[in-house]
Amino acid sequence: MKKQVLNLLALLMLLAAIGCSSDKSEPAAAGGDAAAKPKSMVSDEPDPLENKGVGPITSVELGATVDQAMADKGKAVYDKMCTACHKATEKFIGPAPTGILDRRSPEWVMNMILNPEKMVKEDPIAKKLLMEFNGSPMANQNLTEEEARQVLEYFRTL
Amino acid sequence: MKNHSNQLSNLMLAAMAALVLVLASCGQGNKGATTGALGSNAAQKTYVAPGSLDEFYLFTSGGFSGQIGVYGLPSGRLFKQIPVFSLDAEKGYGFNEETKPLLQTSHGFIPWDDSHHPALSQTNGETDGRWIFINGNNTPRLARVDLSTFETAEILEIPNSGGNHSSPYLTMNTEYVVAGTRFSVPIPQKDVAISSYAENFKGALSFVKVDPKTGRMNVEFQVLMPGLNFDLASSGKGPSHGWTFFTSYNSELKNSLLEVNASQNDKDFVAAINWKKAEEYLKAGKAKDFPANYYHNVYSDETHTATSTQLKSVKVLIPSECPGLVYLLPTPKSPHGVDVDPTGEYIVCSGKLSADITAHSFTKMLKAADNKEFDGDISGVPILKFESVLGGTVKEPGLGPLHTEFDANGNAYTSFFISSEIVKWKVGTWEVVDRQPTYYSIGHLCVPGGNSAKPEGKYVIALNKITKDRYLPTGPELTQSAQLYSIDGDKMELLLDFPTVGEPHYAQAISASRVIPKQKQFFKLSENKHKYVTPTEKDAKVVREGNVVHVYMTTIRSHFMPDNIEGVKVGDKVYFHVTNLEQDFDVPHGFAVMGATNAELLIMPGQTETLLWEPKKEGVFPMYCTDFCSALHQEMQGYIRVSPASSATALKWWLGEEKPVQ
Repeated sequence: MKKQVLNLLALLMLLAAIGCSSDKSEPAAAGGDAAAKPKSMVSDEPDPLENKGVGPITSVELGATVDQAMADKGKAVYDKMCTACHKATEKFIGPAPTGILDRRSPEWVMNMILNPEKMVKEDPIAKKLLMEFNGSPMANQNLTEEEARQVLEYFRTL
Repeated sequence: MKNHSNQLSNLMLAAMAALVLVLASCGQGNKGATTGALGSNAAQKTYVAPGSLDEFYLFTSGGFSGQIGVYGLPSGRLFKQIPVFSLDAEKGYGFNEETKPLLQTSHGFIPWDDSHHPALSQTNGETDGRWIFINGNNTPRLARVDLSTFETAEILEIPNSGGNHSSPYLTMNTEYVVAGTRFSVPIPQKDVAISSYAENFKGALSFVKVDPKTGRMNVEFQVLMPGLNFDLASSGKGPSHGWTFFTSYNSELKNSLLEVNASQNDKDFVAAINWKKAEEYLKAGKAKDFPANYYHNVYSDETHTATSTQLKSVKVLIPSECPGLVYLLPTPKSPHGVDVDPTGEYIVCSGKLSADITAHSFTKMLKAADNKEFDGDISGVPILKFESVLGGTVKEPGLGPLHTEFDANGNAYTSFFISSEIVKWKVGTWEVVDRQPTYYSIGHLCVPGGNSAKPEGKYVIALNKITKDRYLPTGPELTQSAQLYSIDGDKMELLLDFPTVGEPHYAQAISASRVIPKQKQFFKLSENKHKYVTPTEKDAKVVREGNVVHVYMTTIRSHFMPDNIEGVKVGDKVYFHVTNLEQDFDVPHGFAVMGATNAELLIMPGQTETLLWEPKKEGVFPMYCTDFCSALHQEMQGYIRVSPASSATALKWWLGEEKPVQ
């Protein structure tokens, strides 16, 4: 009986190890060409522009043009709540938000702001980012959905 | 798998059985409790599975630790020690600049006291989970702890008091917390012969009004009583709402060898104060303004800072000038505990040296007062005839009765110090229905809501003075303890022993569901009004004003801004004002700097705290975060360069890249 348990554990650990190594071996999902790739049925790597992440946001409507008033509000929130770890144009504690919508879906961005604890556990891209940024966690600054939406609009201006 | 776990549990059962055998062969003193707890499913009744929450909070007084312990029931798990009349280096309480004012008194900064009696705030005679009050016995004070933060929010010094023992024992709607003096003293204080006690010493009973919205306290009035020693108190409820009852000893008015001299009279007194009448006398201008000197210290969750105000006068009512304000109820003998039952009719008094428990009747008391059934007076305070006010007697229930709590079914539970037991009896019929031993020497006891008009019942907790052989020994100083008994059935059943920190005098318990919804998870940065707040990293700076250096610093997982500082000099007073920029639950940051002579800071999300650092020698000194905050917590560190007093080292600071000189 004990042996069976041990075998099961070994199997689980092996699976976990495989999971880790396959994560590392694949290239970072960044850049516009990822969107053009057909989705593989076996890969657990989602299309970063389709992947909405994990959290309260399931769909975001972006206007044809930037809503400047909303973006201004977003900048104020960003300056107050986010700049301890993010600089607009360069990598700091966390990544720079410039061009983020070329790399991620708007829903993913808002979920990352609103639900970072779950994202870094469950979303494959967020998981990878956590490792890339030395395990430094994305702090949940408890923004409201409205504030997160404003920050997203601000990101469109960067 | 199933077989395997069966084998395991069989093994465990065998081990437990062996343990039981070993325990059963231990000292005789343990025997009753051991069989009691293991003879039933006691373990199941106190087991709170991992990840599950306790049903009740238990707040224990820390006694000479000056703190309040916060435990869960039925598990007996300790969650927190709230520093009140104490220093707590762990939290920086009493060390950081923000909390130091809380411990200010007319005698200076007093970082310790002896805290005895917690009292949960009530609305309509029911505990409401807003605040908990506790007395400071030695340098007379009253504190209010906010149960949304579990932090000390206010401390009020009590003037004209010689030891705040009969306190806080609040009223049904938290209109007042009371503060009766244990020692009578000259009022106002003056240099007189101690032997002039009977002539010069008075006992002040203070009524401290509580603002129903903010909880803020102020000494509304004092009743100047003869030189008795006031011991404990209980406020009326239902029909007796409007009255507070204080026990007293030393009706002999002695000032030495009280052990003998204050035990002469057959009866001492319960002082019944009609505080609604007192309010009428106040309105009528009957109060005298007495000179006084006392401090009122209030902490603000907006500025995250406490402020002290010195007060210089207090309103005093003299009983002989205010008929109907006070009556004395003769009570056998050296009464200690006084506890009004949930109906408000019976005032249950435990005479430490009496064989019986005496219950006065509130209805009879009113009638006797109306009919002037007096048995003389002391300094113009009428003494009611004992027979006229007696409501009932519990005959010879045990030795050394101290305190009584109640359940919702008309039962009373009285602690007996000398015979180490809890005795359950019926209010009204006065018959003893059960008794259970305690281990050992119980003082107070607690039923959830057991001193209110609406007891929650379910458990009685014994708060014991002595543990002897109950726990693993820890040198000469042993732990104190609490014991949990179920009172659901006809018979009390001992379920659990658990140790407490400091001597638990009194404790109060409340349904967790009344406290949980009020919990603050973090402070909003946008509402932080601290004088030295640093709302974003951009605002971080270092400012020199003469030899005072203010460091406006921030924390977030996992770095300080700034984390490198130069231009500090030997002899400077450096104030680190650290703002925690986190806006999430359970992400405090710590701040420690080498050579600090005080403590660390432990800054809650959205809060600002200040540590004073006075570098005595030149060099480069590390600072770091003490509270494990993330995987990169260990990297949350920095340096402060200290140059000689005469040096020209420029003041500068940075994070990441060194900035040009500011």
